[in-house]
Amino acid sequence: MADRPLADGLYRLEDGAPRLLGGRRKSDGKYAFPMPTGAQATLYDQVDLASEGTLWSYTVQRFRPKTPYAGPGDDKTFKPYAVGYIELPDQIIVESPLRGDDFSAFKIGMPMRLTLIPFREEADGARVMTYGFEAA
Amino acid sequence: MSDVHIIGAGIHPFGRTEGVSGLDQGLFAVNEALADAGIAWTDVQFAFGGSAAAGNADALLPRLGLTGVQFINIANGCATGGSALLSGYWAIKSGEFDLGVVVGFDKHPRGAFNADPEASGLPMWYGEVGMMLTTQFFGMKIQRYMALNGITPETLGMVAEKAFQNGSKTPHAWRREPVGLNQIMNSDLVSDPLTKYMFCSPAEGGAALILASDKKMRELGLKGPKMRGAAVRTRVNGSFEVFSPSLDIKRGPSPTEIASAAAYEMAGVGPDDIDVAQIQDTECGAEIMHMAENGFCANGEQEKLIHEGYTQLDGKLPTNTDGGCLACGEPIGASGLRQVYENVQQLRGRAEGRQVAKARLGYSQVYGAPGLSAVAILEA
Repeated sequence: MADRPLADGLYRLEDGAPRLLGGRRKSDGKYAFPMPTGAQATLYDQVDLASEGTLWSYTVQRFRPKTPYAGPGDDKTFKPYAVGYIELPDQIIVESPLRGDDFSAFKIGMPMRLTLIPFREEADGARVMTYGFEAA
Repeated sequence: MSDVHIIGAGIHPFGRTEGVSGLDQGLFAVNEALADAGIAWTDVQFAFGGSAAAGNADALLPRLGLTGVQFINIANGCATGGSALLSGYWAIKSGEFDLGVVVGFDKHPRGAFNADPEASGLPMWYGEVGMMLTTQFFGMKIQRYMALNGITPETLGMVAEKAFQNGSKTPHAWRREPVGLNQIMNSDLVSDPLTKYMFCSPAEGGAALILASDKKMRELGLKGPKMRGAAVRTRVNGSFEVFSPSLDIKRGPSPTEIASAAAYEMAGVGPDDIDVAQIQDTECGAEIMHMAENGFCANGEQEKLIHEGYTQLDGKLPTNTDGGCLACGEPIGASGLRQVYENVQQLRGRAEGRQVAKARLGYSQVYGAPGLSAVAILEA
């Protein structure tokens, strides 16, 4: 079954490897994430953001969020997940799900790289994927 | 321009009150404040009020009396109460009015606050993927702050311990039982590094203040703390706010730092002059970081100061003397006014059980999404 992204315009695939999509403002080169939509979009060029950076901060989500969280399972089957901010040098700091089961391994300043993380499985077996970062 | 004084204060106990609507809690607070000042609703020349989840504040009018009075609803997230106060302050300071009411109330259901991406101008996936939680923002902000500034997890716990200790002495607080440091540290994690006891909970409550010009105050034969300085400021580039899918690498000041500096300048006082402080403690990390953002110490000094008891009731800067949001809970529309209510009681010598000796200057700071801060400095 094919994987599909959680949302369009978040990332693209090049030879199977993800590229995180952002915007670069035409007037001054300032980066934005996610790529702006609507009226703002015309002010930006869509660009590939860097795939490597450092962990700026992180936390672990320990309880199942309320709506609009669309993750798998329910309160009883919920598995905690990590979220962080990744500093992409000379570009921007992006918020991202983090891959990794050993939460104690996260340290601010550690090198991280872009990856894709399975978010949930649909009824037809297709996987909904999200961008994420993991220890490099 | 007129000076502005607070001549009456009222509060409905915070926490959970079965069967009493948020609106009626606000009504209770207004009536108590009016009685405190010895005035009637018909004397009131203006009102500003806010509630995030318990309906429009001006739904109070049929209950208070349809006098045709100017009533403007305020909506500024968790800073609603502070913004209502600022609005009343400027109404009198401008010379336009002499006497008015500011009120805030709320009644939130149990559990974390729901987030609506579209209401905040964010894409749906941000909420769907599970990143749209205020608890994560607070976890990440303090996580980085601790790493950069040498704050230890125990210090977080000590802030909560103080909160519940102070709450146990405060009639209007929700949590009235002290909670030991071990229990706080060992309770379930909510969003690392913060445990269950380190977070405030959505709650209920109402608070109201009567503001008067100095001329009106004297006419009424009353006394009340003077508002020496007051400021609301919003975020600039490089601040770190809730619900931010990205941040600038170049960091900037927080709205709290900006509002704080403006309020001190207006008041003509500095942090060392402050005798009692109520600063936003949505969670323990917020109280710690806000100590620095409000100018009370340098980044990292909190570790030593808190361990030395600096912020305890008998310390040099008693902080969150009624237990703050941690012990009182967080009814969004009311919290900013609860802080000022507490300072008013402290400055009038009516903070029974938790009185700070010789409190002359009181400072309050409330912060709300999407990044604004309201600061008020009162003088006895």
